Amino acid sequence: MSMRTPLNRARGSGSTKDGTGHWWAQRLTGVALVPLTLWFVFSVISLAGADYAAFKAWAGDYGRAVLLILLIIAIFHHAQLGLQVVIEDYVHKEATKVVMMVVMKFAVYLCAAGCLVAVLKFALGS
Amino acid sequence: MDSRQRPLSPHLGIYRPQITSVLSILHRLTGVALAFGAVLLTYWLSAGAYGPEAFARAQEFMGSWFGRSILLGLTFSLFYHLCNGIRHLAWDAGWGFELPTLRATGWIVLIASVILTGVTWVLAYKAAGIL
Repeated sequence: MSMRTPLNRARGSGSTKDGTGHWWAQRLTGVALVPLTLWFVFSVISLAGADYAAFKAWAGDYGRAVLLILLIIAIFHHAQLGLQVVIEDYVHKEATKVVMMVVMKFAVYLCAAGCLVAVLKFALGS
Repeated sequence: MDSRQRPLSPHLGIYRPQITSVLSILHRLTGVALAFGAVLLTYWLSAGAYGPEAFARAQEFMGSWFGRSILLGLTFSLFYHLCNGIRHLAWDAGWGFELPTLRATGWIVLIASVILTGVTWVLAYKAAGIL
């Protein structure tokens, strides 16, 4: 027997909507990003002022490609979750909020796809 | 009682900035900055995928004074967001809510971010053969 009002049920949102899942995903990606970003920063340093050949050798390494893919997934998932909260907190006009949210999510997935294809290109040696 | 005379809670601007509140908003600001950093990462990786000319242009931009200033800001943002993120995880585990602990961990996070940023840039200049 549900304690919700019919209107609430019709809106399809419980008292907390899906906040717990959002919160948990943010922590999980955050924890993953601690070692991944530390590795990335201290690995990418070697490419300061490097030429194309050095970059190709760096990005073409199998293990590095695996870590880069994990990094990219975690970065963009974490960014999308965080930016969503920022928009929800500061944009109060419903139409503007929805448009900003859609543009933000599309942009995040576009960048994620761009990064992944670039990494795969070098990892698969083309 | 006249409902129009009800006291309102004071606006944010009335409060004296404190280490707890300043670091809290800094976490959000650095997070947004890092999202733009992710766009820059996309540009750099895509330039690499496009070929030698595009990659050389990207490297030239990153090495310019403008590119370097952005990268310096992003390095600090990254280390701050990372260190303060660990502080957040400690709070999630129920640790560190007492005011003296909050202030101490706040300062530790700030100092650690500055040191890590400095170490990163010394290493980067060494890698580039400038230092």
